[in-house]
Amino acid sequence: MQYILIIIAAVFVSNIVLNQFLGICPFIGVSSKVETAIGMTGAVTFVMVIATLVTYLIYYSVLVPLDIVYMRTITFILVIASLVQLVEIILKKISPPLYQALGIFLPLITTNCAVLGVAVLAVQKDFSLLESVFYATGNALGFGLALITFSGIREQLDLLNVPKRLKGVPIAFIVAGLMALAFMGFAGMV
Amino acid sequence: MQLLVPTKHLWKVKKKIDMNQWKNFSKGLLKENAVFVLILGMCPTLGVTTSATNGLGMGLATTFVLIMSNLVVSLVKNLIPDKVRIPAFIVIIAAFVTVVELVMKGYVPALFDALGLFIPLIVVNCVVLGRAEAFASKNTVWSSIVDGAGMGIGFTMALTILGAVRELLGSGAFFGMKLISGDGLLLFILPPGAFLALGYLIVLANMIKEKTS
Repeated sequence: MQYILIIIAAVFVSNIVLNQFLGICPFIGVSSKVETAIGMTGAVTFVMVIATLVTYLIYYSVLVPLDIVYMRTITFILVIASLVQLVEIILKKISPPLYQALGIFLPLITTNCAVLGVAVLAVQKDFSLLESVFYATGNALGFGLALITFSGIREQLDLLNVPKRLKGVPIAFIVAGLMALAFMGFAGMV
Repeated sequence: MQLLVPTKHLWKVKKKIDMNQWKNFSKGLLKENAVFVLILGMCPTLGVTTSATNGLGMGLATTFVLIMSNLVVSLVKNLIPDKVRIPAFIVIIAAFVTVVELVMKGYVPALFDALGLFIPLIVVNCVVLGRAEAFASKNTVWSSIVDGAGMGIGFTMALTILGAVRELLGSGAFFGMKLISGDGLLLFILPPGAFLALGYLIVLANMIKEKTS
């Protein structure tokens, strides 16, 4: 039950994009088409879960025993950067079709603050290993939900007559604001 | 008499360089403003700007990291092999972010708590890595510092303006001073208000840019 609650909280109540403002760059940048949004979601889910798992293990088995917790930021970003490279190489070898689908999104993920953010949050919140994996999965799902819904709205937005000055990014932000307002309805649920 | 000519000439060259540096500095303020024009570094922009003070603090922290990482990257640009360029830049940036983290924790704990997660996340701020890759890795040390300062101050301005607008509309205060009595529109302090305020501020920045150019 506690794991289901972690996932529901991460997806709806404190949505990573609309409530915590992590991963806004891909949220605005790759949301013009539903197809690319789905690809990006896949790649983020993949990397976020593995990255949280690996950084969690490194944090508690290396940084804490050696008492060098202040090295957290440097270590985590290095782990994520090399992990992205590794995932890219492995995917290319094992599953070329998946690599084709996710390939172009992978390099972008190194500087996706959602991945580093979730890894840091999982450690800060004193989760157990299993809890942090569920937490990462929930956040990845939340990211996907926000991104895919948003890209659907943006596709429709292209067909509408938007005032000239609001076209493009400004209207995207306003739509995101309205979505965030809708997601606030989930507040206090868990 | 002979000496006068080169001196005069030198003075002219120096003036020309200064003009270029000014252009290099001022582009970050409006024409290539990271937030309002390039739409970079959105996470801290939206996440910490619940008040003008938080926006200013975050902006200054990012400016420090920008200037220092630009400085170091431009110094070591010829020593780093091209293939491991990006990871090397990230490590340099992460080192300065750790410095900021420790200094803030020690001297301004209240601000450190308010900014929270967004301080370590300066590492993945696209503005910082973007300037290291696009500018500092190709230019001299001095112009990289000037570029970092310009971009950083532009970023700080944007965050402070957004923070001030949200604080004023949301709680009727400005830098913590209560100007309007009453509660204000709480919406602007909450997450949706960040998106709405930024959307309209981008429109405003575009209008100003069109007028000036």
